[in-house]
Amino acid sequence: MRDIALVAFAQTDHRRTSDEHSEVEMLMPVLHQVLDRTGLKTADIGFTCSGSSDYLAGRAFSFTLALDGVGAWPPISESHVEMDGAWALYEAWTKLLAGDADTALVYAYGKSSPGSVRDVLTRQLDPYYVAPLWPDSVALAALQAQALIDAGHTDEPALAGVAARSRRDAADNSHAQLRGSVPHGDYLVRPLRTGDCPPIGDGAAAVILAAGDRARELCERPAWIRGIDHRIEAHGLGVRDLTDSPSTRLAAEKAGAFELPHGLKGMGGAPTVDTAELHAPFTSQEVVLRKALRLDDSVRVNPSGGALAANPIMAAGLIRIGEAAARIHRGESDRALAHATSGPCLQQNLVAVLEGDPR
Amino acid sequence: MSKEPVAVVGIGQTKHVAARRDVSIAGLVREAAQRALDDAELRWADVDAVVIGKAPDFFEGVMMPELYLADALGAVGKPMLRVHTAGSVGGSTALVAANLVAARVHGTVLTLAFEKQSESNAMWGLSLPIPFQQPLLAGAGGFFAPHVRAYMRRSGAPDTVGSLVAYKDRRNALKNPYAHLHEHDITLEKVQASPMLWDPIRYSETCPSSDGACAMILTDRAGAARAPRPPAWMHGGAMRSEPTLFAGKDAVSPQAGKDCAADVYRQAGIADPRRDIDAAEIYVPFSWYEPMWLENLGFAAEGEGWKLTESGVTELDGDLPVNMSGGVLSTNPIGASGMIRFAEAALQVRGLAGEHQVEGARRVLGHAYGGGSQFFSMWLVGSLPPDS
Repeated sequence: MRDIALVAFAQTDHRRTSDEHSEVEMLMPVLHQVLDRTGLKTADIGFTCSGSSDYLAGRAFSFTLALDGVGAWPPISESHVEMDGAWALYEAWTKLLAGDADTALVYAYGKSSPGSVRDVLTRQLDPYYVAPLWPDSVALAALQAQALIDAGHTDEPALAGVAARSRRDAADNSHAQLRGSVPHGDYLVRPLRTGDCPPIGDGAAAVILAAGDRARELCERPAWIRGIDHRIEAHGLGVRDLTDSPSTRLAAEKAGAFELPHGLKGMGGAPTVDTAELHAPFTSQEVVLRKALRLDDSVRVNPSGGALAANPIMAAGLIRIGEAAARIHRGESDRALAHATSGPCLQQNLVAVLEGDPR
Repeated sequence: MSKEPVAVVGIGQTKHVAARRDVSIAGLVREAAQRALDDAELRWADVDAVVIGKAPDFFEGVMMPELYLADALGAVGKPMLRVHTAGSVGGSTALVAANLVAARVHGTVLTLAFEKQSESNAMWGLSLPIPFQQPLLAGAGGFFAPHVRAYMRRSGAPDTVGSLVAYKDRRNALKNPYAHLHEHDITLEKVQASPMLWDPIRYSETCPSSDGACAMILTDRAGAARAPRPPAWMHGGAMRSEPTLFAGKDAVSPQAGKDCAADVYRQAGIADPRRDIDAAEIYVPFSWYEPMWLENLGFAAEGEGWKLTESGVTELDGDLPVNMSGGVLSTNPIGASGMIRFAEAALQVRGLAGEHQVEGARRVLGHAYGGGSQFFSMWLVGSLPPDS
């Protein structure tokens, strides 16, 4: 199997509103930054893949305009997933694995500010039986949080602790929307308070993937993708155990998250990862993911502040992978896990295991 | 680096109609997927991953419907990807699924594309103006008609070519039990007498709005060896994109289409497409796009595509049959239309196309395009494995 690495990552400063910019204008600086970091130009890229949602833009084929921003001339090999950019990265990874390209540009963006994202996300639900009732994303997350509390997996003070830790960590992240000490606030939907919920905001992110020696040329310490997998669960909340995330566990197994680090097979003893960037927009979802991924206190969880500090929909999952890779690039991590989610109450989950070369 | 050969071992379609009021969206996609599994004689448990595609979510009013469709497509506990590349999406979806097999990430993949246009109104789904962008309020026909005019001017094609294409495709559709339009009383005169919608495009030269789904089972060499019926083998596949609007764009024959075809031909070892390819399923939503794409795909020299059409070469019994199934002109569930082209190409080389089978079809092209002629996806399938 080919070695493929994430060699560059860039993101916007995430903001509650960005009225003065179109989606394309929001994305353009990020595309330039990520290309500049590698010295590559659009024409050098072997494959381009993006993730976004027409529903956030309020218009069909919204991604076609972003392509104009990429500068797809001469014509490029390109594709798009109507999913978080983490899945666009997965598609690009398989393209590189097959040997069809040596480099890939992956980007994602979302502007939630023009509409009511809680209402918009109800349109993801079963259109005949559930969506007509307009149950919003916070209400559904609150169901999950209450189930966790009822099962004795957490309590409200513990959730407040997750929120405080995330925003404290975000103080060092200049891109984050909510940073430092943030009041835990009033109940939004019991048992979730405003502090348990992600900020609503606009943002974009981009990464560059490269295979083998190309990755070593483009990055001093590439973040090698040792495994990546994603799994989906049933849509109906009534048939799922909301206190667990079997799809995350299975994706992590398939991605090799529970195996020993690359090259250390049989040595044992070492923690499997030192860092985890989890896409948990609600504090309660971190509880579910920590359990599914068997993360103990030795693992640094969401040093970026995670989705509680900035959650630009459609880009937030890709940002988790980018943040994990950036820590490897900077030498702050040797083996990191990155996670992305989609759908109500963690319905669909992706896990990637990234590794730096031994030091 | 060697890639795993990719085989199509199962194909399923719904009977495409204007409105499937008897099934939900989930029921519609399940029907096509089950037929593909039946063709491959596989069970839901044999599928390792699901790759689904459709055109804009606004057409049904469901945001990211793959989430809701996970149960109906047996995807629970499996990887599920959702592709969206405008009108080319059906082809792109098949290519993304094929790549999972080629990269040896999965052994057997279910890929499916659908549109249930009766849930809303595609004309208005495509007409949501935002500030500072030119409004295309006349739907797709309003966008494409000026490019057809440009083609006619450049090539000197007589006015009659468009109606010949429509007449042929609608007759071909009569031989395809899954086609939407079955116009048993169709005549060339009726096509030519139909109302003008977007000059020079007449009503009978446009595609219908359909409800429908198309599914394929893609698998590796081992999977193909177990298949009960002849597989179709993928010999080449590619996607190309270019910007929608810019000064250098040739809207009549976009460079991205030429580049995409050239990549597929290179992979498949096609030196002369006119000679080496036996038939083609080409995305023709408005009749004039047959001669236009024949040139863009290298089947005819620039300005000569209409001569192939006019001389009968593209008829079902011609030398290079095009759109044997009746094409997009007879069946257009937008998100599925590209995959139907890919699947019909595979049916031909499997020898399973029934009444619209081209005798001895060994290599057939499937083609899709989308957006303002800016997204292209194509594959070439053969009756024999690529390395034989």
